[in-house]
Amino acid sequence: MTFIQLTFYFFAAICVLAAMAVVTIKNPVKAALFLVLAFVGAAGVWLTLQAEFLAIVLILVYVGAVMVLFLFVVMMLDIDLAAMRAGFTRYLPYGLAIAALLVAQLVFVFNGSFSSADFPAPPLDLPADYSNTKALGMIIYTDYVLAFEVAALILLVAMLAAIALTHRKRTKPNKAVNPAQQVVVRKEDRLRVVDLASETRVTSQTRGKP
Amino acid sequence: MIPLSHYLALSAVLFALSIIGIFLNRKNLLIILMSIELLLLAVNINFVAFSHFLGDLGGQVFVFFILTVAAAEAAIGLAILIVLFRNRQTINVTDLDSLKG
Repeated sequence: MTFIQLTFYFFAAICVLAAMAVVTIKNPVKAALFLVLAFVGAAGVWLTLQAEFLAIVLILVYVGAVMVLFLFVVMMLDIDLAAMRAGFTRYLPYGLAIAALLVAQLVFVFNGSFSSADFPAPPLDLPADYSNTKALGMIIYTDYVLAFEVAALILLVAMLAAIALTHRKRTKPNKAVNPAQQVVVRKEDRLRVVDLASETRVTSQTRGKP
Repeated sequence: MIPLSHYLALSAVLFALSIIGIFLNRKNLLIILMSIELLLLAVNINFVAFSHFLGDLGGQVFVFFILTVAAAEAAIGLAILIVLFRNRQTINVTDLDSLKG
């Protein structure tokens, strides 16, 4: 068994075991952490496919951003775990049956089409100075530039939607100044000019007189 | 050298596991969202494997866009989840029946 095979089976086993833990474990925080482990395993599998850029993106974007978002939400919500687990064993046979059917179908297709010796042809050996990131960049910014900009727009819309959905207006303990009231204020509302008699100077000559 | 079918089998197993996850945790919206992330990951493994074996980088570009859409979906899904929890004090799927659907 070569090193690359060992790497593949190691990361594939991590991925499958972590996915198994995600769907069966009781605590959602642990489920989120196992999902992180599954993503790390998948990133390792992608490295054996020479897709370095996507492997690093998976680690950075998923493990670094999306899963932290999941963890934040899991810890923010106060979930009644007992009610969530109700019916867990009742649906287990249905889930297993459908999953087994799915795997059987997929394996049938794979054995029919992709297990023959001539397809797929073994991939070419890439030169040592080949850069996956550079090659991806070359086609993303030329052939797929429109899709790339649409993706940027989707991320912008997602960000705005997430903020707009969860934003909460504060009412009671709000001590902030309303800017609209602040700009329409006039001098007469704030400032009162009082006419006072000017004081006379107290000197030594006037002091003694009644 | 690892054959393509091994990658496809890994992807199929992950896909099936996340289907099981949706069935088992059909009351917990949070775990359902996590299972959907796993489904997308299984699909992405297929894309990367075919991209490698066919020598076509287009598959990896596709994975790039799927990751983008999945991140957006997770962000909006979790935002909806939070609004839901704020209004109903529950994320149990069976309690979310106010539309009488």
